[in-house]
Amino acid sequence: MTNTPEKQKPLVLVVDDYQDAREMYAEYLEFSGFRVAEAKNGQEALDKAFELTPDVILMDLSLPVMDGWEATRRLKGDERTKGIPVVALTGHALKGHSEDANEAGCDAYVTKPCLPDALVDQVKKMIARREAASRR
Amino acid sequence: MVSPAPLPPAEVDSGARLVLAEHLLACESAVASARAVVEWLARRHGAPAACVGPAEGASASTCLASEGLTGAQQAALARAWDAHGSPLAASRTRPGARWLAADAVEGAAMPGGFLAVPLGRSGASAAALLVVGLPGPAVPEDVAWVAACAGPLLARQLAGDARAPRRPEPDRLLRRVINAVSDPVLLTDTEGTLLFANARAEALLVAGPDSSPGRTRAVELNQRLFRETLTQGGTSVHRREVPLVDPLEGMDLLFELITTPVLAPDGPSVVVSVLRNLTDLGRATQALGESYRQLRATEREARSERHRLDRVLDSVADPIILTDPTGGMVMMNDPAERLFAWPHEEGPASEGPAGEAMLRRVRSNDALFASFLANLLGPENAGVSRWKSQLTLDDPATGAPVPMEAMANKVQGDGGELTGIVTVFHDRTEVLERARLLERVKEVSSELEARVQSATAELAEQNEKLRRQAIQLEQASAAKSQFLANMSHEFRTPLNAILGYTNMLLQGVSGEMTPPQRRNLTRIDSNGRHLLEVINEILDITRIEAGRMPLHLSDFGIPELLQEVMAEMDPIIARSKLSVDTRLDEGLPGVWSDRQKVKQIVLNLLSNALKFTHEGGVQVMAEYQNATGTVAISVKDTGIGIDVSNQEKIFEDFQQVDSSPTRAYGGTGLGLSICRRLAEMIGGRVSLQSAPGQGSTFTLHFPRRARRT
Repeated sequence: MTNTPEKQKPLVLVVDDYQDAREMYAEYLEFSGFRVAEAKNGQEALDKAFELTPDVILMDLSLPVMDGWEATRRLKGDERTKGIPVVALTGHALKGHSEDANEAGCDAYVTKPCLPDALVDQVKKMIARREAASRR
Repeated sequence: MVSPAPLPPAEVDSGARLVLAEHLLACESAVASARAVVEWLARRHGAPAACVGPAEGASASTCLASEGLTGAQQAALARAWDAHGSPLAASRTRPGARWLAADAVEGAAMPGGFLAVPLGRSGASAAALLVVGLPGPAVPEDVAWVAACAGPLLARQLAGDARAPRRPEPDRLLRRVINAVSDPVLLTDTEGTLLFANARAEALLVAGPDSSPGRTRAVELNQRLFRETLTQGGTSVHRREVPLVDPLEGMDLLFELITTPVLAPDGPSVVVSVLRNLTDLGRATQALGESYRQLRATEREARSERHRLDRVLDSVADPIILTDPTGGMVMMNDPAERLFAWPHEEGPASEGPAGEAMLRRVRSNDALFASFLANLLGPENAGVSRWKSQLTLDDPATGAPVPMEAMANKVQGDGGELTGIVTVFHDRTEVLERARLLERVKEVSSELEARVQSATAELAEQNEKLRRQAIQLEQASAAKSQFLANMSHEFRTPLNAILGYTNMLLQGVSGEMTPPQRRNLTRIDSNGRHLLEVINEILDITRIEAGRMPLHLSDFGIPELLQEVMAEMDPIIARSKLSVDTRLDEGLPGVWSDRQKVKQIVLNLLSNALKFTHEGGVQVMAEYQNATGTVAISVKDTGIGIDVSNQEKIFEDFQQVDSSPTRAYGGTGLGLSICRRLAEMIGGRVSLQSAPGQGSTFTLHFPRRARRT
């Protein structure tokens, strides 16, 4: 993976308002061979997604300005971005968040705390599934 | 005197003539004899008759007696007898009867004419003339007989009369007047010898020669009685009673005899007697006396009745008053007297202020009664027959108020007129007292009811408070859940970064580390994970409480599950240095339940056992109880054990056997509580067998096939 040319590396958009978490995941994703873009809230996530068209989006759900569910709904409602897999990330374990996330169009659901290697595994799974789909 | 019926002719000749003859023999005066003759003839022949002769003490003749002739006829006959040359005067000297035409004597015309029969001794001139009104000249036998029989007698009497002192005789008019008097009037001498009697007196005291023997005896008795009474009283003016007999009816009669001596101017003293019939008066008096006696008897009876009635009325406890139609008291019984009568009979005690007070109360009662009666008195209340009202009287003796019900009834006479009013009083004290008690009971009952109501209201209020508290509690619980959820999130966010960076460092993302660095990082990782477990436990409780723990049922096998648990606990088991083994029944059936929850319970129980066991071992056992269809998974340790008194407590939230600040074992105290709740969710339970120092055995019992709730 490390040998893959820079432009061929999959681009992961990490959306999280908690800077430490965002940068931690970003560092580990880059360490694991991905290109990473970051967004602090839902609106930024939308802008970045339309601008960069990432391969996978890691979407925290509790966000300022626009929350993750809304942002996901909009991404999935747009032609340019609806094919991008979205992995929901949440620290909330109380409500039926997974159902809400699925309803909003999330392709996978990960509960915090999620160790970086577990998250990277999830991202790789998403990309593999997408590649498999595009090959068909 | 005219007899009511003529005697039959057969007997006339013998009987009637004998009677007349007897009568004539008894006659003491010419007038009486003349009268007897005239009356007898007139009766025998139904024709007028008269006897004319010389008047007593007078020069001219007069009509001595007559029947059926007017006064003018009598006078004309007397004149014709005296007048010389008249057909009658001729009879003085010529014996034998002579028939004259109707108009022979002027002024004495008789229809059909009349016989003139001279009366006197044979051979001498006639002393008197008998005139009989007859239709023809034939001389009846009777007339001839009378003339032959009475003629000499009359002549002798007339001669005798002339010699004897003349007795006073009222003149004819006077005699008529006296005859007209309805009371018997008599003229007698002082011995009672009858001189004159008017018609009424004659009826009583004179019997004609032809009278019946009964009548004659009655008359004789009357004469004797009269004479006795007269002589007893003397001749002065006198009043006395004389009992006589009615000669006709035979009844006893009572007369008042008033006698007045009269000195005749030319003769001896005579006595005028007037009899007044007292019979009716006497009878009336007697009847009156009887009536009076009866009245007295009736009165006595009435009085006794009245006394009886009084006693009856007095024995009635209720006051009764009888009033007249004007409202005046007629009668009252004793109970009424005590209320309405003046306390006169109280004696000296009634004097003074006490007596005054009694008198005042009686007056006030009377006034009340009078105004009550006014509802029935007076013509405007004629249509009202009874009146009922409540009166509050005063007891005259004590002044205590006496509530009375008064009922007045009109008493009506036979004609429907008002004769009185009866008023009956009824003491209502007892009734009122009863009503008052009833009222009191009602009051108490309503008070009780009010108390019950207020208690009920209080209860309702408290229920409402409790309900609100329950709501508040629920809200507080919801708030707590929300708080715990938020807190958990806030813990997780930095913990995520801590665990993430630790993980990255341990993976060598920032380059290789020295062994001490790695050891320290591992401890950070371990503590971070522990912290995460605590957070997860709190979150689990919150989720269960909030009902947000979903049930996921599936088929699974117990051996595989326990294997998984052992694998996860392996690092801790390895570190505890305890012997942990599993013992499973053969033929454990597959189960239908929430795998995740069963696993979590077993994990908890196992980690608990490891935590409180320092030496020995932990054994995990599973068996299937066919009878109850339940699976039992037990975790048995050789740890410190739990006292019976604490065995229930440890299943409660945040409770530990030792919760002192110096406790030897850490933990949130939520593990067993979560186990119990999760067990309940799958229809099972967690039991405990333990004693201090003897170790503990926790067992999860749950049905092989869970029922979806």
